[in-house]
Amino acid sequence: MGHSRLIELSVGLFVAAGMAALFMLAMQVSNLSNNISGDTYAITAAFENIGGLKVRSPVTVSGVRVGRVDAIDYDSRAFEAVVTLSIDSRYNSFPEDTSASIFTSGLLGEQYIALEPGGSETNLTEGDRVQLTQSALVIEQLVGQFLYNQAGKQQ
Amino acid sequence: MKDTMQVTSRSGQKPLVQVRGLSFARGERMIFDGIDLDIERGKITAIMGPSGTGKTTLLKLIGGQLRPAAGTIVVDGKNVHELTTRELYRLRQRIGMMFQTGALLTDLDVYANVAFPIREHADLPESLVRDLVLMKLQAVGLRGAAGLMPSELSGGMARRVAMARAIALDPMMVLYDEPFTGQDPISMGIVVKLISELNDALGLTSIVVSHDVQETAAIADYAYLLSNGKVVDQGTPEMLWKSASEWSQQFLNGMPDGPVAFHYPAPNFRDDLMQGGRLR
Amino acid sequence: MILDPLQLLGRKGLGFFGRLGRGHLFLMQTLAGVPALVLRPGLVIKQLYSVGVLTLLIILVSGLFVGMVLGLQGYNTLVDFGAEESLGVVVALSLVRELGPVVSALLFAGRAGSALTAEIGLMKATEQLSGMEMMAVDPMRRIVAPRFVAGFISMPLLAAIFSIVGVYGGYFVGVGLLGIDDGAFWSQMQAKVDLSDDVYNGVIKSFVFGFVAVWIAVFEGYDAVPTSEGVSRATTRTVVHTALAVLGLDFVLTALMFGD
Repeated sequence: MGHSRLIELSVGLFVAAGMAALFMLAMQVSNLSNNISGDTYAITAAFENIGGLKVRSPVTVSGVRVGRVDAIDYDSRAFEAVVTLSIDSRYNSFPEDTSASIFTSGLLGEQYIALEPGGSETNLTEGDRVQLTQSALVIEQLVGQFLYNQAGKQQ
Repeated sequence: MKDTMQVTSRSGQKPLVQVRGLSFARGERMIFDGIDLDIERGKITAIMGPSGTGKTTLLKLIGGQLRPAAGTIVVDGKNVHELTTRELYRLRQRIGMMFQTGALLTDLDVYANVAFPIREHADLPESLVRDLVLMKLQAVGLRGAAGLMPSELSGGMARRVAMARAIALDPMMVLYDEPFTGQDPISMGIVVKLISELNDALGLTSIVVSHDVQETAAIADYAYLLSNGKVVDQGTPEMLWKSASEWSQQFLNGMPDGPVAFHYPAPNFRDDLMQGGRLR
Repeated sequence: MILDPLQLLGRKGLGFFGRLGRGHLFLMQTLAGVPALVLRPGLVIKQLYSVGVLTLLIILVSGLFVGMVLGLQGYNTLVDFGAEESLGVVVALSLVRELGPVVSALLFAGRAGSALTAEIGLMKATEQLSGMEMMAVDPMRRIVAPRFVAGFISMPLLAAIFSIVGVYGGYFVGVGLLGIDDGAFWSQMQAKVDLSDDVYNGVIKSFVFGFVAVWIAVFEGYDAVPTSEGVSRATTRTVVHTALAVLGLDFVLTALMFGD
């Protein structure tokens, strides 16, 4: 009977280790801990040029992640890119005149949208559009040499 | 010729197993070509024949593991091949089978092997299972070997364990597949004695498939000789020894030449030699 | 003359489709035997030991080394671009998306799959399966189904363990030996590795691979020619077929999941 107890014990340890590994993949390796999940609301913003912004790129305020890019479309009448941002509903008090800019995290990092709250009394709600936007800096035009490395990495 | 329509058998009692017009083919080769057999209740019936006559196949047909091409097999009033899977499994619980090599489960020890059918089919408390297993092992004289693994057993012991397992569920019938093959004289003697004793003590019906003439004849109440898919001869061992059939005499006495020729069919030897280098 | 190769092709083709059909029928019978296992979890636990626990060592060691190699190679490539801080991303994405599921499935086929085939094949060759049938015990339920379930459960766990150990292997090389910043390693990884895109897809892959690998293993064993030669051939086939199936399926799954 001692033998079968040993088997059961080792199987228990194995399954526990496997579960722990899955849990760690979720918590430690991926971004579950700072994942935006649960309730969100969507606002849109139009940019002349979004540069290298992608769906799922982070949205931050004062450097704190509050949401992510949900969709990127092109408005063929206004000749602008329309970006849908999905914001965690915990952060629901951005004034109407909040501005949105596309920045790059570091020289080689990914691009993200930074929101900068204004001073208005009314807040942005579901479906509203951010009026003040600043397009991505196209580094290509500014820094000649970096772009090749950057392009290679983005691929 | 035997009257194939007979319902009651030699002893006047309805036989436990009735095989009628059984045909079975494996690919192109006919293994059985319309054979009739009666297995009497409470008796040891031997099925003998040269290697490759499909004796093992016959047991598998009786156990419902194979389907015949034609004919019927009735076991205890039930046509084996018309049963549903559930009914077939219920029937099999009443049939024990000892395979040629024992077919013990290699990852279980002797005790667990004998306990296997009991644990699978009867929801008994462990203490009762233990009593039953030790009883069966005692019957084959291997109670002391309960803790050994199958790999630690000799061939003869493995077969005795297989026997204990075959009788674990107190079956009505036990099928023995080549129980004597490849055994030393002592274990052979033990197996012979056990088959006969178990049959009488437990009121079993036994079918022994074998080509070991002496041992089988010593315990069989009735015997069938099979060859080329047919029943060549049948009778009590005494009748068979005195049989007029040349084939039976050759088989029972182990003569190298006779109706079963020593030479594999070939063209004339002289012609073959004279062809010399012209072959191919 | 010209008909001979054609005839051969036809025969091979028929043989192939015959096996394929038998394999699917076999799978149906196996799955039919699975629900009854709820009543006898002990059977599955025993198989989890031989399929999962005994495969753990090779998974741990291989995962560690694969992660360390990824760390070294990734560092050497990234350092040219001054992007060595992204090492964590490279190591984690490679492992979670591809190497974890694929390599652990290949190791699984070599360690557990071949053992399953050999075990079932030998049980067939020594008439144990036949004997069970005669004892009114269905070998599909008693032997095949528990092994199938155990393999199916084990594979994603093994793949996850492989990935985690690999990530720590990469961490050891990158942070411990090559001096990358500890915080950058983890934070870049966490920023780039997505739970649903990467981790879930990796887990789905390992479920699919586990299903296929254990299916091939038990089928080859059950379908083996019941001789020593037949069993050894079946064991070889298990490893080869599993490797081909896993790599082929990996391409299909990757195209579906990450192909956009």
